[in-house]
Amino acid sequence: MNKARRNPFNVAASHAILLTYTVIALFPVFVILINSFKTRKAIFREPLAFPDADSFSLIGYQTVMKQGDFFQYFQNSMIVTVASLFFVLLFGAMAAFALAEYRFKGNTLMGLYLALGIMIPIRIGTVAILELMVSTGLVNTLWALILVYTAQGLPLAVFILSEFMRQVSDDLKNAGRIDGLSEYTIFFRLVLPLVRPAMATVAVFNMIPIWNDLWFPLILAPAEEVKTLTLGSQVFIGQFVTDWNAVLSALSMAILPVMVLYVIFSRQLIRGITSGAVK
Amino acid sequence: MTALKLTNVCKSFGAVKVLKNIDLEVEEGEFVVFVGPSGCGKSTLLRVIAGLEDATEGTVEIDGDIVNQTPPAKRGIAMVFQSYALYPHLTVHDNMALALKQEKQPKDEIAGRVDKASKMLSLDDYLDRRPSELSGGQRQRVAIGRAIVREPKLFLFDEPLSNLDAALRMNTRIEIANLHRSLDASMIYVTHDQTEAMTLASKIVVLRDGMVVQVGSPMELYNNPANQFVAGFLGAPSMNFFPAPVVGGADGMSVGIRPEHLRIASKGGRLKGEVVHVEKLGGDTNVLVDVAGAGRMTLRLFGQHPIDNGATLEMDYDDADSFLFDAAGHRA
Repeated sequence: MNKARRNPFNVAASHAILLTYTVIALFPVFVILINSFKTRKAIFREPLAFPDADSFSLIGYQTVMKQGDFFQYFQNSMIVTVASLFFVLLFGAMAAFALAEYRFKGNTLMGLYLALGIMIPIRIGTVAILELMVSTGLVNTLWALILVYTAQGLPLAVFILSEFMRQVSDDLKNAGRIDGLSEYTIFFRLVLPLVRPAMATVAVFNMIPIWNDLWFPLILAPAEEVKTLTLGSQVFIGQFVTDWNAVLSALSMAILPVMVLYVIFSRQLIRGITSGAVK
Repeated sequence: MTALKLTNVCKSFGAVKVLKNIDLEVEEGEFVVFVGPSGCGKSTLLRVIAGLEDATEGTVEIDGDIVNQTPPAKRGIAMVFQSYALYPHLTVHDNMALALKQEKQPKDEIAGRVDKASKMLSLDDYLDRRPSELSGGQRQRVAIGRAIVREPKLFLFDEPLSNLDAALRMNTRIEIANLHRSLDASMIYVTHDQTEAMTLASKIVVLRDGMVVQVGSPMELYNNPANQFVAGFLGAPSMNFFPAPVVGGADGMSVGIRPEHLRIASKGGRLKGEVVHVEKLGGDTNVLVDVAGAGRMTLRLFGQHPIDNGATLEMDYDDADSFLFDAAGHRA
């Protein structure tokens, strides 16, 4: 913004609002982090105090490492999230390309049908999904989760991506056709790189719900060797006794990979969100 | 030898008929320009020829073969787009070489053709750059180069100059004309700009509402337009039309006279009116005159003339220069 349009009062006000919101948004994360490094007594005595020489303790992290195969959980979560995202982006982008690019009978209807999933939560179908997984023998496999999350993510992916695909220049695709590129090459080499910001947006929107989900891992894959991180952390929460050190430590560690991925995607994400609005 | 033959080509999008029974022949080595107002179907016709749209009816023949079922890449055509449509992730060299690689041409053949095209278009210094590092004119030259390397039977240009500024447009226009001379290839060029049509074409096809209105050389169309639409579309400033009774003609007819054929008559001119605007261009002077009963007319004078707004002006013309149209717009 140039100087002539800058009003010190407005600048101060907008920063105050933004800072307040940042503090509110980061506060729970902050509380989890500091308390994960404290002894159990210190957590309850002064939940908001920083760990000091007296209260500092790594007992939570030690419990997490000892009990259960935490790295296995971690790996399961990672596999499920990355594989689901891959399939959501691949099939979502392909469907979006077809809807945006080709004129065929029932194009609009198909688009609406695919977007239906945005309005109907997938959890409504849990019982049917469980029956399906039991009869296909996929219960207690990571595939069960990957398939469900792919289905869950596709509607929004198709909806967002088809909008972006329409903005890709027709001339470019036609130039490819005249130069003898196949429709697949046009899709993968010409169109996908141009909608990368939109892909990042879809990836971030899908990543966090999948990573954090407790519902489907609990129902479809509760076995020890396929437990996800969120489900694995639940062992520390009991009906009568909860090992708060361990819960807080597990949660702190669970935040990390999501944060790393978010930092990677964030630049693209912002471009994806704003590009439709300002152009 | 016929480079392109269209027989009864029709195209509809749903219920909307965009092209209606188009018959057309393009001889080898001809430079044909499709011209018409926006929405007249000229770009759609080009896309049907390229194979990017299917014709609803009729046949498209390129070099003697019916190509209705042939994919664009196998039709022996190359196309230059208005928005350049360069591949953003490839260098200038790879942009030009891609189609040849797809055709599985030998490596030294590809290198030779790209080299020749880049010399012809003076793109040598830019071969390693990406399209985003080029100016608009350079990008359009790369797009033209991408077409040249394929050595097609037929070049298709879809408003290639629309995105360039005025000075560059003229340069590139001359470059395309030179290219046509040196390659001696058949070219089809789509534009809505009548100047481009007049300067480049060996044959102009005027389209309106999906139909061919008139076909002919630029001067044929200029000197002998078939109807009021063609007369008004070609030539700048465009032809003046006024009801024939103003100059003593029959009822329902209208007279057309080009601005350069009007002259100032010192006394007894058949058209008399008030000057409302004067455009002094240095070489030319365009005078807008409100003539009672005839409406606003443009008078084009060569050289510089001291004419003021509000002056009363008498004008006349030679009947041999004027055109007579009936109520439906046809030549009478």
